[in-house]
Amino acid sequence: MSTITQDSAPLPSSAPIVKLTAQVRSWKIPITFGAFAIASVLLFVGLGRGQRGELSTFRLSEARDFIQLPEVALPTFVTGVVVAIVLVLMAVASAWLVYRHRKIPIVLTIVFALLFLIGFLAWAASGSTIPVPGLLIGTVTLSAPLIFGALGGVLSERAGVVNVAIEAQLLAGAFSSAVVASATGNPYLGLLAAMVAGALVSMVLAAFALKYLVDQVIVGVVLNVLVIGLTSFLYSQVLAPSANLNSPDVFPRLNIPLLSEIPIIGPVLFRQTIIVYVMYVAVALVFFGLFRTKWGLRVRAVGEHPQAADTVGINVNRTRFIAVTLGGVVSGFGGAYFTLGAVGAFNKEMTNGMGFIALAAVIFGQWHPIKATLAALLFGFATNLQNVLGIIGSPVPSEFMLMLPYVVTIFAVAGFVGRSRAPAADGKPYIK
Amino acid sequence: MSDTTAAAPAPGPDPVPGAVKKDGSERWTQALRDITGGSAMISVLAVVLALVVGAVLIAFTNDRVQETAGYFFSRPTDLVGAVWEAVAGAYSALFQGSIYNFRAPNFFNAIRPLTETLTFATPLIAAGLGVGLAFRVGMFNIGGRGQMLIAAGAAGWVAFAVELPAGIHLIVAIVAGLLGGAIWGGIVGLLKARTGAHEVIVTIMLNFVALYLIQFLLRTPGALQAPGSNNPKTPPMAATAVFPELFGPRYNLHAGFLTVIAATIFVWWLLSRSNLGFQFRAVGQNPSAARVAGINVKNVYLYAMAISGALVGLAGINQVLGTVTTGFGAGIDAGIGFDAITVALLGRSKPWGIFAAGILFGAFKAGGFAMQAAEGVPIDIVVVVQALIVLFIAAPPLVRAIFHLPTPGTTKGPEIRDVKTRKTNEVVAK
Repeated sequence: MSTITQDSAPLPSSAPIVKLTAQVRSWKIPITFGAFAIASVLLFVGLGRGQRGELSTFRLSEARDFIQLPEVALPTFVTGVVVAIVLVLMAVASAWLVYRHRKIPIVLTIVFALLFLIGFLAWAASGSTIPVPGLLIGTVTLSAPLIFGALGGVLSERAGVVNVAIEAQLLAGAFSSAVVASATGNPYLGLLAAMVAGALVSMVLAAFALKYLVDQVIVGVVLNVLVIGLTSFLYSQVLAPSANLNSPDVFPRLNIPLLSEIPIIGPVLFRQTIIVYVMYVAVALVFFGLFRTKWGLRVRAVGEHPQAADTVGINVNRTRFIAVTLGGVVSGFGGAYFTLGAVGAFNKEMTNGMGFIALAAVIFGQWHPIKATLAALLFGFATNLQNVLGIIGSPVPSEFMLMLPYVVTIFAVAGFVGRSRAPAADGKPYIK
Repeated sequence: MSDTTAAAPAPGPDPVPGAVKKDGSERWTQALRDITGGSAMISVLAVVLALVVGAVLIAFTNDRVQETAGYFFSRPTDLVGAVWEAVAGAYSALFQGSIYNFRAPNFFNAIRPLTETLTFATPLIAAGLGVGLAFRVGMFNIGGRGQMLIAAGAAGWVAFAVELPAGIHLIVAIVAGLLGGAIWGGIVGLLKARTGAHEVIVTIMLNFVALYLIQFLLRTPGALQAPGSNNPKTPPMAATAVFPELFGPRYNLHAGFLTVIAATIFVWWLLSRSNLGFQFRAVGQNPSAARVAGINVKNVYLYAMAISGALVGLAGINQVLGTVTTGFGAGIDAGIGFDAITVALLGRSKPWGIFAAGILFGAFKAGGFAMQAAEGVPIDIVVVVQALIVLFIAAPPLVRAIFHLPTPGTTKGPEIRDVKTRKTNEVVAK
């Protein structure tokens, strides 16, 4: 009771107002840095790979490039030792920064990651050549469905509807684009069909989540199972017996004049299929739509605080329905990559868990379209790195290379990103 | 309600609504409403609806049906007959493959499908319990695949590489598997508790890590690979470490089913009767409130994920020590880790609900294989039906709308009448 009487005293205290800040030390980043630094010392120095003076060559240009860059050859062992020393120093520096209650600049993290990557590539490519453009081209190509899926997830979750059904949207898009493109002989109609299929899956998700108030995670999981079952059933019953329903034309790679001749960037970004070009536009559009338009403000409002949005006259459920459906359109388009962009035929469960990785990219990217895209690119890079190293002969068993992206993600989620915050009303139906 | 009945002997008229006496007709209508609008009826109707949709799919993709549909207007009965033949054939094969085979020469053969159902249900129930337990704590465990693989690897290695007397060997193998699953699940709980890493990401990532780890071990001599073989496959399990058959060699059903019953009882006890289970449910309802109430939420995440992982691991153990004892590859999980999510959802994350849901899905699996063999209907239709069942059960208003069922608690419901009778009772008392 005494505190209350003090608080309600009419005169404010004359003491100066002191801003108190909680001194919280997070050792996550130094610990993660330390783990990677120790790993690099063990790998690059401890194993002694390339001690007989082998060179690691990085090829920066493709044979048909207009501007030819010279190959960069690094002595494997020396590079490894230098990188390991620098990484250890950076880990110590980060620990010192945390000890002194300073913030660790994001640049430090980026440089650390890049250095580790260079050291690893040099170590793995001892005595052989790494085609850098090839590595990056594959990264962009393999990331395309992940990025579309992640964008679809971001759109839906920003509006407050958890989208576990990305896998279903991708698979539905892959199936319908293959069937429609084969039946009509027009791959562009296939793309349209993929968008429609993704939107349909999303509408089911939205209807059950918004009208029948079913737990959104449940609907998402069930939709995944449902679409896997449906497409597999139809594949065995309809597509497998008559091959002419499952042989769509694959989109060719289109070279954009001039831009595709820029060293490194050109081949990587501007010698891709139309699906990848649409992806660039989609990333920009989703970012612009969500953060620079009135509609995006409404979507985010509905996802963060639906009651407040409702109070100012926004129709919560309609906004959510539209956002979720749009998300399905984007994800479904990404599904077309599997059939029209890569394989050229539909197969049972051909998305193979990509939808879940896209979901991980959404969370890893903190529900932000650009960050989610970067997260998806990381997965694509790691997958393609394993492919490339498999061709030039990797010193580590291929299983561990395959494992790498997932282990890195766990470290990243636990160390760098930490507690990622979902939109406040994510997964909660709004009842007036 | 038990408290109110205990208080009922107090003198004077009873104001508690539960104890209000109703005349026979009123009680009857309420019972009827409870049955038609209640969750049991919804579950049954959901199954019916899902089977109807499945029937439509079977009929549409049937060759004979498509053929007869071509001359529908000249002889419509042909189409009806073809549809009936396709659907009835498929569903009777499903039934005879999962419950009771009428064509079998004697009872012991006829009942064999039922034991197959229970065999298929065994790992589904175990994994479903694990996923359901995590749901109760508010966590989504999609890591069933990884936890099953690690558990299968650990239990399998003990079963073929270690020599122990019969009985003890089995127990040691089970414990090794449970530990493997618990560790793989516990990592998730630990990371969530200590760093706030989202369990959905970590479980998905650990699925892949486990898959590649097991693939590596399966092709490494001296680890899991069978000696003298180049295949990525383990040697057969030692006879001392295999679950004994429950009803003799005629049936595939093995003692693993008993471990699953024990696991169900354990989870029921844990959630409904134990201190830890109370903390689990409190955190699942509202972590912030639980923290304020003095519950160590971080430890709860760790324990819940470890126990969840161990239960999912039990599914892996059952696979290697019961179902596939001749050695296993990296596909030993057979998608059960994902099926378990639907099982847990169908069972509404309650232990005995999951048990029943697991048996239903086991029946679909057993019958689905029979249906594929007998009628040529792909087993994928079973997946569709299962998904639809869960979807419909999750949306009672949809099912009620389709069948024009009354909604419990509408204006004409008995609750209002209860209030009225209570009021009159109170007036009488005055």
